[in-house]
Amino acid sequence: MDLLRFFTAGNVDDGKSTLIGRLLYDSNSISTDIIETLTRQSKTTGTNTEIDLALLTDGLRAEREQGITIDVAYKYFSTDKRKFIIADTPGHIQYTRNMFTGASNANLAIILVDARNGITDQTKRHSIISAILGIPHILVCINKMDLVDYSEDKYKQIEKDYLTFSKQLNLKDISFIPASALAGDNVVTKSDKMTWYKGKPLLEFLETIEIAETKQTNISRFQVQYVIRPQTDELHDYRGFAGRVVSGSYKKGQKVTVLPSGIETTIDKIEVNQKEVEEAETNTPVVLHLKDDVDISRGNSIVPSEYLPKTEKEVTATICWMDNASYIPGQKILLQQNSFRTKALVKEIIGKIDIHSFTQLESDGTIKLNDICKILIKTAEPITFDSYLDNRNSGAFILINENTNNTIAAGTID
Amino acid sequence: MKNKDYLYELEAEAIYILREVAGQFDRPALLFSGGKDSICLVHLALKAFRPGKFPFPLVHVDTGHNFEEAITYRDNLAKKLDEKLIVRYVADTIKAKKLQDGKGKFPSRNGLQTYTLLDVIEEFEFDACIGGARRDEEKARAKERIFSVRDEFGQWDPKMQRPELWNIYNGKINKGENVRVFPISNWTELDVWNYIKREKIELPSIYFTHERECILTENGQLMNTNEFVTIEEKDVIVKKKVRYRTVGDMTCTAAIESEAYTVDDIIKELKEAKISERGATRMDDRVSEAAMEDRKKGGYF
Repeated sequence: MDLLRFFTAGNVDDGKSTLIGRLLYDSNSISTDIIETLTRQSKTTGTNTEIDLALLTDGLRAEREQGITIDVAYKYFSTDKRKFIIADTPGHIQYTRNMFTGASNANLAIILVDARNGITDQTKRHSIISAILGIPHILVCINKMDLVDYSEDKYKQIEKDYLTFSKQLNLKDISFIPASALAGDNVVTKSDKMTWYKGKPLLEFLETIEIAETKQTNISRFQVQYVIRPQTDELHDYRGFAGRVVSGSYKKGQKVTVLPSGIETTIDKIEVNQKEVEEAETNTPVVLHLKDDVDISRGNSIVPSEYLPKTEKEVTATICWMDNASYIPGQKILLQQNSFRTKALVKEIIGKIDIHSFTQLESDGTIKLNDICKILIKTAEPITFDSYLDNRNSGAFILINENTNNTIAAGTID
Repeated sequence: MKNKDYLYELEAEAIYILREVAGQFDRPALLFSGGKDSICLVHLALKAFRPGKFPFPLVHVDTGHNFEEAITYRDNLAKKLDEKLIVRYVADTIKAKKLQDGKGKFPSRNGLQTYTLLDVIEEFEFDACIGGARRDEEKARAKERIFSVRDEFGQWDPKMQRPELWNIYNGKINKGENVRVFPISNWTELDVWNYIKREKIELPSIYFTHERECILTENGQLMNTNEFVTIEEKDVIVKKKVRYRTVGDMTCTAAIESEAYTVDDIIKELKEAKISERGATRMDDRVSEAAMEDRKKGGYF
């Protein structure tokens, strides 16, 4: 059984929580004691329905009080076919950073559209963020179909509008489902009110979609997280480089290059859970041993000599600013890419991306909360990377404020 | 392909997180309770660091109300693995700080263990504490990051959480602060049991069905009779075949009626269960809707 990570964005009014609640509720993923608590809570704070399904996802006191989603919540459910992790993220523009956070790990985005309103600024914003984050699958869920008399014309119009708008975004795989989360149409069971819709209901769609990998994942990448050196009598010379096979695979005897130093060597031994293996695939936690005694530390990359990533001290990237304090280019910060961390600074703001049209605007010279900017960043140590759209693992980074230690931005390398 | 299996993916994620802790912190610790979640953490740490030693000690905050089976398991495990175990006692904190011990019929030391935890963090200057909490347990936990930064007072501020993206964990802190790290955040109760089955992990016997004398409380919970609980004449004492779904304190963890003798039986039982793990067994979360959020703000893990 495999795992699908997806995210939904929106607020209570968009029917997002109702949709998630419906998925969990109708797939028997909610326990009776939680339903009891919900029923009790719905009576005191709830809004409209008998059981307010939004209360299921909004876990913080402030969220329940205000009836909005502020932060990402993770929900889990599984069926016989697949296990699911939902990142439930807020939809409002002032929480763009939280949405960015929840979406970063997702393989699929559910973009909710209110059938009455069609494509809105919010739809565009969520789609653009999905495009920047390279989400492999986009599912446009046209919700509240019950409020437009289950009209096929309305659905077709929205589908057409969305495809026209999204052409510029280069989204890889777009699907559409007409639904009513409140009434349960096309969520878990197929609706008998929209017989014109020939596709699958939402749950079946999620259960059966083939999860695409990003196109370059067969290129091998590995970063050292930790050096294992037992220094005991019998393991005196043991020096293993622990980390995860980020993408591709590694073989015993393979010629590799250590970056940023550029030293070439050969893989002597691969261990997985203390057992020697000939080959290790993507996502496997391994310990690599090299033929030569080279100087390697945490954050260094070990890559196949014939497929080297770029190693540079200046990169252009798209960032989403997440800190309340704004930033002026030149201020020193830290950059972290997986286990690699270096001092850095933004040298230049190339442009600011308008989050509703995807066009590049001129910047006023500062980067503010929720801004999405194209920047040129300079690092103290060279960074080893691939383009984010080729490899989501080796092309992503965060920026950290050296003083507050906060994560202040997330970036994808061009 | 086995790397497409969800348990494989969850395991890989947890090992990755444990190695990030080792790489980013000077003085981490693994909070070990003898419960199934922290037992899984130890198992994952073996996969992450052997043949090396763990880059952290196991730390247990002993409330004094623990099940004997869990304590024995803890001591045997530390001995078998030859890893360092640090135990600090809530009873000592109560004495030293002149605190009020838990009162009532089922006296709870749940709130009191936060004092001991914060003390042991200060004593050893731990900068990271690894815990076995999962997001599916409770809705405040569902909002917490995998690297959860706590201030000098151990407090969690849900509104000031650092964004956490991709597999990039920012564990940078100032002196005095610490990070609580939850490697199995994305696991559910059923995932834990499926993992225990796959890895053939041994557990304390109280997870499996056994005969036990219990008080049947007014709301239908089965509470173990023991020296800390006040037994009154009106109490209904029953002898039932029960097991524990979580191993917390004897005074606030309820048993459930069960016929599950094996891990397979438990998995089958869970698939049919209608009540959540904490709902079935914990008295401490029933206090209010925001009980967990409030405890975490106060320094609880």
